[in-house]
Amino acid sequence: MSRRDYIFRKAVFALVTLLIVFTINFLLFRILPGDPVRSVIGRNVRISREVQQALREQFGLDKPIIPDQYLNTLGQYAQGNLGVSWSLRRPVGEVLMAKLGNTLLLVVLGQFFSIILGVTLGLLAGWKRKTKIDVSALTFSLIMWAVPTFWLGIMLLALGSSWLGLPTGGMVDPKNIGKPFLEVLPDVARHLVLPTLTFTLIYMGEYMLIMRSSILEVLSEDYILTAKAKGMSHWQILRKHALKNAMLPIVTLIALNLGFTVSGAIYIETVFSYDGLGKLFQDALAKQDFPLLQGAFMLLAIAVIVANMAADILYTYLDPRVKQV
Amino acid sequence: MSNFRRSFSNFWKVFRRSRMGLVGAFLLITVLLVATFAPLLTPYTPTQIIRGPNNRPLIYAPPSVHPPLGTDDAGHDVWTLLAYGARVSLLVGFIAGFISVFIGSTLGTLAGFYGGKTDTLLMRTTDVFLVIPDLPLTIILIAVIRQANVGIPTLVVLIAVIGLLYWTTTARLIRSQVLTVKERQFVARARAIGAGNGHIMRKHILPLVLPLMTANTVLVISTAILVESGLAFLGLGDPSQPSWGTMLHFAFERNAISVGAWWFYLPPGLAIVWTVLGCVLLGNVLEEIFNPRLKSHHLEGDTNVVASSRH
Repeated sequence: MSRRDYIFRKAVFALVTLLIVFTINFLLFRILPGDPVRSVIGRNVRISREVQQALREQFGLDKPIIPDQYLNTLGQYAQGNLGVSWSLRRPVGEVLMAKLGNTLLLVVLGQFFSIILGVTLGLLAGWKRKTKIDVSALTFSLIMWAVPTFWLGIMLLALGSSWLGLPTGGMVDPKNIGKPFLEVLPDVARHLVLPTLTFTLIYMGEYMLIMRSSILEVLSEDYILTAKAKGMSHWQILRKHALKNAMLPIVTLIALNLGFTVSGAIYIETVFSYDGLGKLFQDALAKQDFPLLQGAFMLLAIAVIVANMAADILYTYLDPRVKQV
Repeated sequence: MSNFRRSFSNFWKVFRRSRMGLVGAFLLITVLLVATFAPLLTPYTPTQIIRGPNNRPLIYAPPSVHPPLGTDDAGHDVWTLLAYGARVSLLVGFIAGFISVFIGSTLGTLAGFYGGKTDTLLMRTTDVFLVIPDLPLTIILIAVIRQANVGIPTLVVLIAVIGLLYWTTTARLIRSQVLTVKERQFVARARAIGAGNGHIMRKHILPLVLPLMTANTVLVISTAILVESGLAFLGLGDPSQPSWGTMLHFAFERNAISVGAWWFYLPPGLAIVWTVLGCVLLGNVLEEIFNPRLKSHHLEGDTNVVASSRH
């Protein structure tokens, strides 16, 4: 199979997955008791019966659910129209886009630190297998795996705010709102310390474990023995032969991990009242704002699916063995 | 029976040498004991409000005032909540875990055994579930079921949703195991003497996949316990049957952190870590025993260049 065919197949898979996510979303919405018109115009808005009927016809809600309504909603989603939030009475798409940047900032920072630290630690642990470094790194990773993200957040919040005087929540101090960007930057950074730390600690254990098992596998290959027989030093072997090959599974797993990262963002943003998609999701849940919940779910799913496809494609360029997949 | 006893004593010989496995078993057994004997371990009930000398509820009383773990925001005894919470957390974790493993193993076995179109269909389905962000989907499902108000108890909803969504890793693992087992000679021999597919799967494949399935079950249970605690923390638990996650939900919502009531938010978290760590240690050791991977690599032990004296 050529690379073009492979990419094509991955794209088809991504589209099918998206369609399945959309269908789940659509059907769940229809199971709910109550009038779907309300979801479009907001729950608490008073309008006359005639207007309701007109709206119902306009949105095609007088037609059968499948296929008319299904296709209609699909068309709306494709145009980026995700309905109106019940609690905020604003278009869902608009609300989501306003929070996306904040979450991306947190996720990118957290992933950056956890990947750098986790991969380095995993490399060391695998290379120095069964030494003290390895055992302590393994213990750390296993404990981090067992720690619930939100609880680690709570603990760091309690410790960080009382001992280090770090802010307990939000993105910026209320008195700094509206000031020029550069002036606010140190304050924003202070607010980011604890959420980023939580993120980093939780995910670096996982990257460490993956990197460790990956490097162990590579180091037991015959070409490593050959390199050793040639008289190369350990560092040279690691750098020239082992690292490149061991990094391959990491790439795929980073993308797969994005799904879990989304979950992490929900917990961390809730604990630190961080104004992003995760907290929006939790707020929508508390207020039973279904259009917002479903729009957010759709956006999160799209992000993960696209990232996965990107990773699959990237893989074909990184791994020389899969040139002809 | 003697066959079983022999294989068990073989297993025990390997297992008892693994310190990680013993620690894991210890952690898990203690939690199971606390959950089982919760009523015997405390004079209070989880809903009982502890009152001070002036008959006022003791709110956020520190452990020094009300041992061993103080009281919560409503005057409940924290140790009692913790012991009874073990029951809820373990119940949800175990049943949901078993459901997940059952679904995953069934799909994995069918995919691996039949191959071809069945395999493609089942594994594509697994791939789809693998990329859908599971926590948001779990939350939406539970929220919708609650909103639909069909009268199913909250804990049952939690168990069902967790059980139905977290089977993907099991399916993949079991499939790859079945793929290697079905190529063995005895499968071909069984087929040659006329054994049917169902018979081969039950009598020849299942026994060989079972050990790995057991190890996987322990790991899946740990995931289920973590997911339950998270959902309960987000307020999706059953307040009348508080789990450790529910306790943390109330601790967070009712300002235990700013009040400094560490005895309310520290113990439930430690209990979750204790239990999940127990499962993970035990599960990993079991997996290593049943599915051994590499024993050493080429750069191990020696740091000097050229060949080492080991060989």
